[in-house]
Parts: sequence; structure tokens; C-alpha cells
Amino acid sequence: MGQRIPEDPAVHKDRSTDKLTVHRGLATWGEKLVPLDRFREAARQAGRQLSASERSRELESFTERRADPTPVEGPFSKIVVFGGVYSNHFALEALLEASHREGAEAIYCLGDLGGFGPKPDKVRPLLDEGRVLAIQGNYEQSLASGQEDCNCGYTDPRDNHFAEISYGYTDRNTSADFKRWMGTLPERRRVRLGARELLLVHGSPRRVNEFLFASTTPAAFLEVLLEQEGADGLLCTHTGLHWHRKLPSGRDAVNVGAIGRPANDGSTSVWYTVLEDYGPELSVAHRPLAYDHAGLAHEMRAEELPEEFVETITTGWWTTCLEILPAKERARSRF
Amino acid sequence: MAEPTHSNAPPAPSASVPVVELGSLDTLWFQVSGTVCNLACSHCFVSSSPTNHTHEALSLAEIEPFLIEGAALGVREYYFTGGEPFLNPDLEAILARTLAFGPATVLTNGLLLPPDRCRRLAAIAEASSYSLDFRVSMDGYSAETNDPIRGDGTFDRILGGITNLSAAGLNPVITVTEVHDDNGTVQGKQRFFRLLERLGIDKPRLKILPVFRIGAEAERTGAYESWQRLRESDSPGSWEHLQCSSCRMVTDQGVWVCPILVNEPEGKMGETLADTLTGFAMTHSACWTCHVHGVSCRT
Repeated sequence: MGQRIPEDPAVHKDRSTDKLTVHRGLATWGEKLVPLDRFREAARQAGRQLSASERSRELESFTERRADPTPVEGPFSKIVVFGGVYSNHFALEALLEASHREGAEAIYCLGDLGGFGPKPDKVRPLLDEGRVLAIQGNYEQSLASGQEDCNCGYTDPRDNHFAEISYGYTDRNTSADFKRWMGTLPERRRVRLGARELLLVHGSPRRVNEFLFASTTPAAFLEVLLEQEGADGLLCTHTGLHWHRKLPSGRDAVNVGAIGRPANDGSTSVWYTVLEDYGPELSVAHRPLAYDHAGLAHEMRAEELPEEFVETITTGWWTTCLEILPAKERARSRF
Repeated sequence: MAEPTHSNAPPAPSASVPVVELGSLDTLWFQVSGTVCNLACSHCFVSSSPTNHTHEALSLAEIEPFLIEGAALGVREYYFTGGEPFLNPDLEAILARTLAFGPATVLTNGLLLPPDRCRRLAAIAEASSYSLDFRVSMDGYSAETNDPIRGDGTFDRILGGITNLSAAGLNPVITVTEVHDDNGTVQGKQRFFRLLERLGIDKPRLKILPVFRIGAEAERTGAYESWQRLRESDSPGSWEHLQCSSCRMVTDQGVWVCPILVNEPEGKMGETLADTLTGFAMTHSACWTCHVHGVSCRT
């Protein structure tokens, strides 16, 4: 196995010769230099070498179905699903009106009620009024359990800087009663839509803060997850960017988007998703939602939230949480 | 005919050595150019060099079965490293094929990225719905700070590679090790951002990595102390923060636990991915670095 890359004398000229030629005929075994054959023989002997049948069994048990006691709700034929309210009560109000117009039999929210926007407590009465069925996002988990941060899952300090401001404000301005209520929400739901059973989560079935972006979420990965979960479709949010993929097996994977801030597309609208059963087909429609974004911007400024957040609301372009974006999504981004 | 089964797994670890289980196989790495590199950086944890053939390059035909097996296991992302990946003449074909399965990232030193190759890479990226990402390594914000580590004249050539990628519409993540103490500080990062701005890159992306005191780096700064090893009592409750709980590394000699330990035969776990869906005893000092510094080789 393996193919030898021929030595190119041209690449040697700018380094002292010994560094570049020291490995000739030798292998690096930790910090030692040993004859190549000695390393390769040790490598050949190392590790497991299973039989074909043992390998099949390993593969099967690694991807086997996991039991899930979550009760199944429904059946419905048409539902509205959204995520990421981020305290945007203006958009939530518009969403409830839109859901009524759509004729949705149930409205589901996939979590992250707070963060980014102003006056988090204004969200709660709207959820009650619209009989919204919610699950916990990472925000609800952190707020309900008194965590010091949002557990958003960012890895870059620039993303974390704004995440801290956002969480600190929301934590200080969310009532104890609302936080307690967040703690009572389920982590996942299962919903029957026609003959299909859909799994509703915030990030992914595995982690509340896993980012499922369109360009970094392979079809084969989704198939394995849904096979393990015994579900016909996956509905998630957390990234703030909506997408839908029909999988080779006929299953559907949907990121329903967020109504709390625009989808980094230069439009002030936010996005929700309508799912409808059409027998053999599941109809998945992402819908833009216009709302009083000027009113939201005004209230954010009055609360002295960062001007970077306000700019996103008024321009439709993200100014924060950019480092987590994969290459394709970042290339489409203005900043 | 009986199928061969031999058990030459490492001896059972002592009770105090923690074992990391593979929870899911999210990240599949390929040592795509083996340990062969056009540079011989003084901090390289796999001691790559033009003459280091400890691992050889992987062809597309050798990689294909791992893509198929990986898909069945639900792999999320594919990473290509070396050595210098662009020394592998198959690399562009390998990337195009991988992008039919999922997102791919290439870790490169940026020296072999002329404009025509960058344009071809941009076309490969454009043709897939999955992301193709590049990480370009540099170790200082100037020739004076970078070249003593990576080689004379490399600073300007790295900037050339970054500029060519950027001109083709590919925006690489600049990967910097903490080989200089201040590389990871706020001030240190600002210097890299200013450098990238001067190159006309308006969305600068930067990742800071600690150095692993193995391979060439052990020679440069000294190896680990004997106490710098993980014990079961170090566990924060689970080892999920370590990349080895969700990754494997394919080289021409089999499947290794992670990208760091490819020069340790005991880091090898099997011949196929199925052989490696088991726990790994973290006996090595590099495991200690991953734990203490919270390292992930992923972007």
C-alpha cells in the first residue's frame, strides 16, 4: 500500500542539507530514528485485524438503533416549525399571525428563545397565546440550570466575545419564573405528520449545540443518525440558516431556520418552515417573514445592546458569530 | 476456510490509564502525502521532511474504500494532511471524489499553490454542495519570526499561496502554532489579522494551536516530563472533548487513533475502520497535551 513521492532536489536548496536528508532510509518512531523496515513491521503487527464477519458485526453494532421513549405527538397533516427566537418578540408575533393564515394544526419551536434581542420576558406570553409547543435549546438549558455561559458551541474567541454579551444580558433580564418554565421543556419531541415520524431537536439528535450547516452535513451522516433514531425525518435549528435535503432513502432532513435574526442574506426578513403531508411526499417550504424590524432595532438600542447586533437586524447581514460558518456559508456572507 | 483472526491488540492497560471510547466517527483523517514534505519545520510533531517515508502517499484507489466505509459509519467530515498534501499528484482527484461524500479540509503549508491550481481547486469546490476548506500554516507574522521555524524564504511563499487562494475565491484558515509565546495572545492575533488585511483578505480566519512536544519539536524544546501523562483521575467525567473520541486517521499502513500519534506503532488500531471501533488506552504524553490544552485538530 502507499505510493512513494519522488524526491525533488529543488525543494532542498533553502534548508540545511542534514535536516532534509536525515530520514533517508529511516523512519521516525516517536523521537527515535529506526530503519524503515523495523517501523513498518511493528506497524503491521499493531492493532486489530478482524475477520470479515467480525467487521460486519462491529459496523452493525456501531450504528444500531437506539431506544427512545419520547412519546409521539399528532398525527397532523400540516405544521409550522421555527427556531431561534432570540428574544425577537416582534417576529414571534408576526409568526403567530402567519401560522394562523397557513392553517397550521400545530406550531413547534425548536428552542433558543433568548439571546441577541431585547426584553426576553416578552416572549413567554406570546408562546402561551399561540399554544406553541417548544423544546429546549442550549439557551434554555443554560438559563434554567444557572450556567455561566450559553454553551452555544463556538470555538473562536471572536464568536465567544459577542455570545457572552448576549447571554449576560438575557440572563439578567429573564425572570426566575420563565427560567423555571424553560427547565420543564423536553429536549426533543417526536411528531407524526401523515405516515411519517419526525424527530424534532435543537442542534442535532446527539448534542444540543451541534451545528448542522448545509455544506458540512453529509447525506450519509444524516442517514445513519435517522436510522439510529428510527425516524423518517429530522427537524433542527441552532445554526440560524435554513435548508432542506431529501435523502437517498426518502427521508427528509430540515434545518427550519430562525425567526430571531435574518439569514445572513442581505434581507431583513426572517425564516420559518411549513411542513405538510402529501401522502408519498412531504412538502417542506421555507417561508420568509417580514416583521417590524425597525421597532426591534429601536428597542435593542434603548436596551444598549451592541450596535453590531442592531446592524444585523437592519441590514440582514451577520456581523457576529461568523467564525463558526463553514467555507461555503462564509463565502456567501458579507463579513 | 476459517477467516484469519489474530489478536495482537496492545496489552491491557493498567488500571490508572484511561481508555477513550469511540462515541461516533465524525472526522476521518487521511495522511495523504505520508510523512513526505517539501519543508522540514523545526516544530513538526510528525518530523515530516523530503526524505521521511515513514508513511507513503495514498492514491485515490486506496482512499476510496475508506470513503465508502466511512459513509456507512456516518462520517461528518474529511481532513487531508501530511507531510504536504499537494505533493500527492492525486490530491485534486481525491478532493473532487471526497466532496461527493461530504465536506473536506486540506492542511497545507501553502507553498505549492500557484494561481492555476487555485483556480482548479475553486472549480472543484464550486461543483459540490459540501464545503472545501483550506488551512494554511504559518508560525510568525514576519519572515524574521516565521522562517527560523519553517525555512528560509518560506514566509513570502506562504503569503503567495494565501494570496492565490484568496484571488480564486477560496478563503483559507490561517493556522498558527504557539511556537512563539505571544502568537496566541490578543495582540499576537491582531498582528496576523493586520497581515491578512494587507493582503486584501477582508474576512480573515485564524486558528491557534498549541505545539506538541514530540517529533522534531521534542528536539527543539525538549520532550515531555514523565509525569505528563493522563491518569483515570484526570477525567472530567467523560473524554468526549478529545478528538480521539470521534476521529480516526488513515495512512498507507492502516488506521491510527488520531493525527498526532502516526509515528507510534502503538497508535495504530487496525486495517479497516471496522477494526478500530473500539476504545484506545491513552498512554502517550501527547494525549496529555490534547486534554490539558483542550486541543482539537479540527478547524
